[in-house]
Amino acid sequence: MSALLRTEDVHKSYGGVRALDSCSVEIDEGTVAGLIGPNGSGKTTLFNVITGYAKADAGQVYLADKKITNVAPDKVFTLGIGRTFQLTRIFASLTVLENMLVASRHGRSSARKRAMEQLEFVGIAGHHAALAGTLSYGQRKLLELAYVLVADPAVILLDEPAGGVNLSLVNHIADRIRELNAAGKTFLIVEHNMEFVMGLCDRITVLDSGGVVATGPPDIIRTDRRVLNAYLGEDLEDDDPDPGEET
Amino acid sequence: MKADTAMASIRMTSVNRPRAMAGLAVVVLAVGAVGFPLVFSSPVVTNYAVYALIFAAVVSAWNVFSGFSGYISLGHAVFFGSGAYTVGIAARDWHVNGVAVFALLPLAAAVGAAIAVPFGLVALRVRRHTFIVITIAVFFIFQLMAYNLNSFTGGTVGVSAPFLPWSPTSFNDHFYYIAMGCAAGMIVIAALVRRSRFGLQLRAIRDDEDRARGLGVRAMRVKLAAFVLSAAVTALVGGVWFLYLTQAQPNSAYDPLFDLSIVLMAFLGGLGTIAGPVLGALIIEPGQLYLTIKYTNGYLSEILLGALFLVIVLFVPRGIVPTGGEWIRRLRTRGRPASTTSAPPTPTSAALPPEASEAPAREAKNGAPAREARR
Repeated sequence: MSALLRTEDVHKSYGGVRALDSCSVEIDEGTVAGLIGPNGSGKTTLFNVITGYAKADAGQVYLADKKITNVAPDKVFTLGIGRTFQLTRIFASLTVLENMLVASRHGRSSARKRAMEQLEFVGIAGHHAALAGTLSYGQRKLLELAYVLVADPAVILLDEPAGGVNLSLVNHIADRIRELNAAGKTFLIVEHNMEFVMGLCDRITVLDSGGVVATGPPDIIRTDRRVLNAYLGEDLEDDDPDPGEET
Repeated sequence: MKADTAMASIRMTSVNRPRAMAGLAVVVLAVGAVGFPLVFSSPVVTNYAVYALIFAAVVSAWNVFSGFSGYISLGHAVFFGSGAYTVGIAARDWHVNGVAVFALLPLAAAVGAAIAVPFGLVALRVRRHTFIVITIAVFFIFQLMAYNLNSFTGGTVGVSAPFLPWSPTSFNDHFYYIAMGCAAGMIVIAALVRRSRFGLQLRAIRDDEDRARGLGVRAMRVKLAAFVLSAAVTALVGGVWFLYLTQAQPNSAYDPLFDLSIVLMAFLGGLGTIAGPVLGALIIEPGQLYLTIKYTNGYLSEILLGALFLVIVLFVPRGIVPTGGEWIRRLRTRGRPASTTSAPPTPTSAALPPEASEAPAREAKNGAPAREARR
């Protein structure tokens, strides 16, 4: 398996705060990768650098060996990376269907058909005529996922897809991700919900203070001493080894 | 299959009764507008109508950029005045006389578009208040140039329009139909833009520009295209205004109240709608003109304009058309269960669990849940 998305020694600082410090991550094609770490560890900053919302001070980002470092967000999306945000960002004054069409690159009728198919897939097709601003938080999460899908990106970056939604919807979202992954989509997921991440991801990367602490399959990460230290602090290493309990 | 069913439902709802009523209303309005000078032949009345239609065209053009994108321009007088000066200067220097002067209107549009490109490339790099300040600054640059480039613009005297061979009794009627053509054309353009992918991208930029960029919208290109389109039409209408008024001076062609007036018209009618800005122009411009003519030695119209702006912002912030539409919807749905427009329907898809429609669970926010996500 080859790395579809790759960052190499990415550095990013905001004033005196070093958000990313020589951060190197590899996401293999067709996998669901997880990105975890304590608050402020640089997860969202890495998303922002990959998708062009923040400029890397140093280092490189590659998509299928094509350098996409500091490329504008619209170009990154066109190249095949779609993302969602931690706090949902939808177009509140547009209808749900219109939200879908913003990202579409198909002709008018085929765009509508594809948009409806994606809404059907995530389960909110019945709301297509409603203003997006009237949707519940969970429905907004689904809409965000749907309109990223409409352009058929190669890699999908999900920033806390299970954050702030109820258990049934978490399961629903997890099922959709599995289905898409089975169809060949590659995912990189930032999530604090450890059960969600451990149950879904093939490989997990742990960030702390802007750098990679550990990378590996969920079972290894779960018991990795460095990960526990990052989450719990060095003095707490004798406590319950499940990092999920603390997030 | 389900998507096909949903598509069919979209098609069915697209030819519903309100649309037919709206179509009928448009036909009635069009007939009324065409017949207006035949019924009200007084030059005083047609003068009001000509100005109202000129402003309907301009505010509609402004709305295509500012209303759809959310970038409030207070510098459209730059294009309006430049359109007026373009026609005046070209007619003067190229000795264009008679009705042939109308052939210069496309040139006015081209000049407006040409000014809008560098103007937009600078101003559209910033947002919100900074954008507004830049548009005001550019406006004053153009007004000062009109005052000071004497050999080109005529300085404080300005430029005069060539004589048009129309009798005084039919002069206003000719301009009425020209202005009506401009307004109708701009309304059609606005409607087409709103329905198009381009219009959708503009409205997405208004809601969340950064998010739109992340979905492949080339925001700068889209904003600039709307700015140029809006500028071109505004300049063309500025040319019509000049030929009607027969004179362009720095303080009238580059009038600081011009932009405040069109912003007020758009806000009164409904920013970002098609009918709203036109309605606002048809209400405010004749009223403003009436007050200006009636109280010649005061600033009553300006004071009332400011007061009206406050009233609109405080009590009808969304404008007449959206607020009126909301009231009508409420009246029609009174006593019925919540409608689909104000509250989304229950999901029809079997794929979505019923809990998905509920507000987010509090415990999920705290990071405890989702043990069953692991399957």
